[in-house]
This record gives sequence, C-alpha cells and structure tokens, in this order.
Amino acid sequence: MKEIVILSGKGGTGKTSLVGSLAYLAENKILVDCDVDAADLHLLLDPKPRSSHEFRSGVKAKVISDQCSGCGICVDLCQFEAITMDFAGPTALMNPLSCEGCGVCAHFCPEQAIVLEENYCGDWFISDTDYGPLVHAQLFAGEENSGKLVSLIKRQARELAEQTGLDLILIDGAPGIGCPVIASLASVDTVLAVTEPSQSGWHDLERVLDLALHFRLQSFVCINKWDLHPEMAASIEIACVERGIEVLGRIPFDPTVIECQIQGIPVVCNEQSPAAGAIREIWQALSSRQVNKE
Amino acid sequence: MQIAVASGKGGTGKTIVSTSLAMCAPGRVQYLDCDVEEPNGHIFLKPDLATSERCTVIIPQILEEKCTYCGKCRDICRFNAITLFANTIMTFPEMCHSCLGCFRVCPDDAIVRSEREIGMLESGMAGDISFVHGRMRVGEAMAVPLLKAVKKKADKNVLVIIDAPPGTSCPFVEAISDADYVILVTEPTPFGLHDLKLAAVVLRNFSKPCGVIINRADLGDARVEQWCQQENIPVLLKIPFDRKIAEGYARGQCLVEIRPDLRPSLQALIEEILA
Ligand code: SF4
Ligand code: SF4
Ligand code: SF4
Ligand code: SF4
Repeated sequence: MKEIVILSGKGGTGKTSLVGSLAYLAENKILVDCDVDAADLHLLLDPKPRSSHEFRSGVKAKVISDQCSGCGICVDLCQFEAITMDFAGPTALMNPLSCEGCGVCAHFCPEQAIVLEENYCGDWFISDTDYGPLVHAQLFAGEENSGKLVSLIKRQARELAEQTGLDLILIDGAPGIGCPVIASLASVDTVLAVTEPSQSGWHDLERVLDLALHFRLQSFVCINKWDLHPEMAASIEIACVERGIEVLGRIPFDPTVIECQIQGIPVVCNEQSPAAGAIREIWQALSSRQVNKE
Repeated sequence: MQIAVASGKGGTGKTIVSTSLAMCAPGRVQYLDCDVEEPNGHIFLKPDLATSERCTVIIPQILEEKCTYCGKCRDICRFNAITLFANTIMTFPEMCHSCLGCFRVCPDDAIVRSEREIGMLESGMAGDISFVHGRMRVGEAMAVPLLKAVKKKADKNVLVIIDAPPGTSCPFVEAISDADYVILVTEPTPFGLHDLKLAAVVLRNFSKPCGVIINRADLGDARVEQWCQQENIPVLLKIPFDRKIAEGYARGQCLVEIRPDLRPSLQALIEEILA
C-alpha cells in the first residue's frame, strides 16, 4: 500500500482543489482529509457519511465550587494561566480554552475540589464519495491535539484500506509545519508539495521540504498559478532542482478552478480547463515515479 | 488597542492585508507576526531584524544520582514525557508541556530545570513600524509557547496589528485572545465561506467584534456577502482580483505599494475601527 500526502505549507495554494482532482484520477484508493481544523475537501466530494464518531482526547480541569475554599493554590500552580479567582466566592474559575489538562492543580488542591473531565474535542467520519471512501474530521474550535486526531483518522484509513484491498491512501495534508503536519507525514511514502510563484510561497515551501527531509521522505513539487509570475516560478524550479527535488508540473492560473469549486466538483471534471490538463500530467508523472521507485 | 487579522485558512491574503494596515495606520504602530509556523510578514515589511533571541521552554532534567526511582514524576505527567523501567528513567522533551508537575512532586530534589529551544524570536524596525515575529524550529510540534512569547512583546501604548495563524484551533484562539477587534480576510468561494463560518463562531463565543475583508472579490459568487449580511457582520472592504496585486505579492510587495489607490480605504477602515 502506498501513501501520498499533498502539502502546501499554507492554505490557499490550491492544495485541496488539487487533491479533489487527484481523487477523481486515482484508482482503488481511500481519501483522508488531515486538515482537521478547517476541512474543505468534503465541499468538493459531497460525502455521504457512513459512520460518525466522537473524538475524545486529554482532560480539562473543572472546579466543584462547593468544595473550593478559595485558597488560590491552584492559581499559582497553573503554568497556563487557565485559573483565575472569582473573589465573590471566593472560588477558583477555570478557563477551559487555556487549560492544557496537565492535572497539576487537581493533584495539589487541598480540598480535592478539582476534577479532571475527559475532553470531547471533535468528531470524525467515514464517508462514501463518488470517488471512493473518505475519512475526515472536524476538530472543535480552539482545541488542541489536532495531531492526535490526524493520527487517528490516518490509522482508520489504513485499516479500512487493508480490509477492503485498496492500494493507495491519498491524503490532503494539514497546513503549517507543526504537530498536525508531522502527524500527517507518519508512514507516508511520497510528499507532493504545492506552491505558488511568490516569495512567501517559496518561503513556506522550503519549510515544508525541510520537514520532509527531516523525516527522509521522497518529495515532489508542483507550482500552481505559475503564470501569475513566470520568473518566480522559474527560480523556484531552479531552487528545487538544486535541492535535488523534481518539479512534476506547473498548473496555470485558471478561473475554472473557482467555478468548479462553486459547483462543488473537482476541476478535472471540466475537460476544457487548462488547469485540468496540467493536473492530469502531474498525476501521470507522479504515478510513474511511484512505479520507478519499486 | 490590538487589531488581529485572521482568516479561517491561510492563503486568502491575510498577510498582505495585515502588513498594509500596519503601513497605513496613523501614529506609532507595532506589527506582531503570530503565524509562527509560516511567518511571512517580514517578506512584505522587510524589517531590519536587529535583535534575535532564542525562545525556550522549561523541561525536566533528572539527576540519576539523586533519583530513587519512586515513579511519582511519571505518574503525574499526563503527556507521557517520562518513563521508568526498573532502574532506568527517561524523559521525552518533545512531549513535555512544561507544566512543572514532575518538579513539584519529586520527593528527592532529583529534577532540575533544563530548557529546550522551540524557535527564535526576532524583532526590529520596518520604517516606522516596530516588528516582531517568531520563527518555529522545523520539526517542532508546539506552536503556542512561541506564539505567547511573540504576544508578550505587545506594546500597550501603541496600535498593535497581529497577523494570526490560520485555522481555528488553539494557536488561532491564543493569537486573537487579547485583540479588541478581529478582521477576517476571506475569498468569495465555498472554501472561503466554510472557513469564515468556523472562525466567526469562535469570535462570537468570545464576543469579539469583527468585520470581513473579501479578497479577490470578483472571483467567486455572492454567498460570502449574503452570509455576512444575514449574520450582521460588516464587510469592511472588497479587494478585486488584479494580476498586478498577484504579481506584486509574488515579489514581496505590500498591497498599498502595488495599489496606492487602496490606501485611503484602508486608512478609513482603521479609523472606523479605532473610533
Ligand atoms: S486549590 Fe482547590 S481549594 Fe484552593 S482555590 Fe484551587 S480549587 Fe479552590
Ligand atoms: S489542569 Fe493544568 S492547565 Fe488545566 S487548569 Fe489545572 S493546572 Fe491549569
Ligand atoms: S513538566 Fe509536566 S509535562 Fe513536562 S515532564 Fe514534567 S510533568 Fe511531564
Ligand atoms: S519523582 Fe524524583 S525520585 Fe521519583 S522517580 Fe521521579 S525523579 Fe526520581
């Protein structure tokens, strides 16, 4: 089984539109949307949920007000400024969004007035789409542990792929270079990084490629909207070659991409679209590189 | 006064808006790039990053000669950052959240403070703008401690423009938590609308006043604007798609450098928020 992750450093480079199209082109695969903060792939693939599950991770501290003497010990102990004193009580007050669930306050509270409650922080789904099964999730706003949720949905996808004999896991990666991205890279074979021809695009791409290198992953690059700045696109290509990374293709700026997004379909469905042609070529190149590796 | 510029997702033009606001703001202004995973503000503002400091977090270091292998530190650690097998104790610094629990429970003073570098904090002047950003170390998983360090640099006496990280999870909430006003930059597309809705829910939960800037306003449909109207969220500005903006952006130019004609509307926008 192969795992390919599409990354972009930052959103807005057209990563999800590209994944939507690869979902249409690739055969015998399962899709995973690892952007659990702001999942968008479902807007293109119109999934029909097969099952929905709660994601629980970590704990949050809660005060039992009747038991709290207002001594303030917990306020001083908390390293995350999650506890304040309500002087009316006086009782301790927890801010669940700042609480990291370390449990130190509960351990030291002389009145045993603090309980740690399991934290329900998101939902994840297995769905069917016209292009194959999709595993996706939505983390609730302000929650952390998105890395754990990413690992969880990737594990689910892998199990499902094994059970049903699918041989490719196609992953829409998380943005950034932090915890969720690192989790989306685990056990991946190939990284396809999407960038735009701009200084910030290159800056973000370098960080993503550094990360892929850090985990010793095979990486490829494609440049979206390359014709918005051909010189910059060319210098990105040169810089990639210097790093020993192959640029698999360039996708032109194409308003059809947005039209298809509005219609809720992958852009490759539109035969006339110039972007669609380029995406097909990138997919062919990526598939052949995969075979060569073996 | 703090104005945070955010977007449900990156790539909507958040950074060209935030850097341009900093350039148009009246009086003294500070720009804090809180997008520590992918800081880009410096590309547009080109600050002279004169000072740079390491940003570190506290981690435990266990002195084996004092340790009695009682296991109390392992038991309190909820992040599995300490393991103990028979007479071997190990810490996993990248798992540690620096809660200091282990330090407090160790009965034998066997734990001393050590530190781990999570990134760099760099600052300097970009013209009249005082500039700060955090640059997270590649391979580092935790963004929030560095983001907090950037926020600590906020100057209470001037207007502060915060470039918030994308998404709606923990780092975004941390970045906007002290803001007096939040500007959400979006695009008039289904992705833009979907991510805008998620961000708006968070802001509503915090009762933060907010407004929307629609970028590439003519490439898409009217649903973002309709939704804003329906939710009573003001649309502060619409920036049309313009190849010149895209090209200038590619070269690292600020919006107001490429399109000086947008300066008055950006200035008016800030004045309205400040009023
Ligand atoms: S330590 Fe316990 S008793 Fe003291 S203020 Fe905190 S919750 Fe209340
Ligand atoms: S569990 Fe930890 S982070 Fe949460 S309130 Fe208690 S001490 Fe603070
Ligand atoms: S400081 Fe907290 S998180 Fe870090 S090792 Fe000690 S108990 Fe664990
Ligand atoms: S609590 Fe202190 S003495 Fe006990 S195992 Fe940990 S380091 Fe060793």
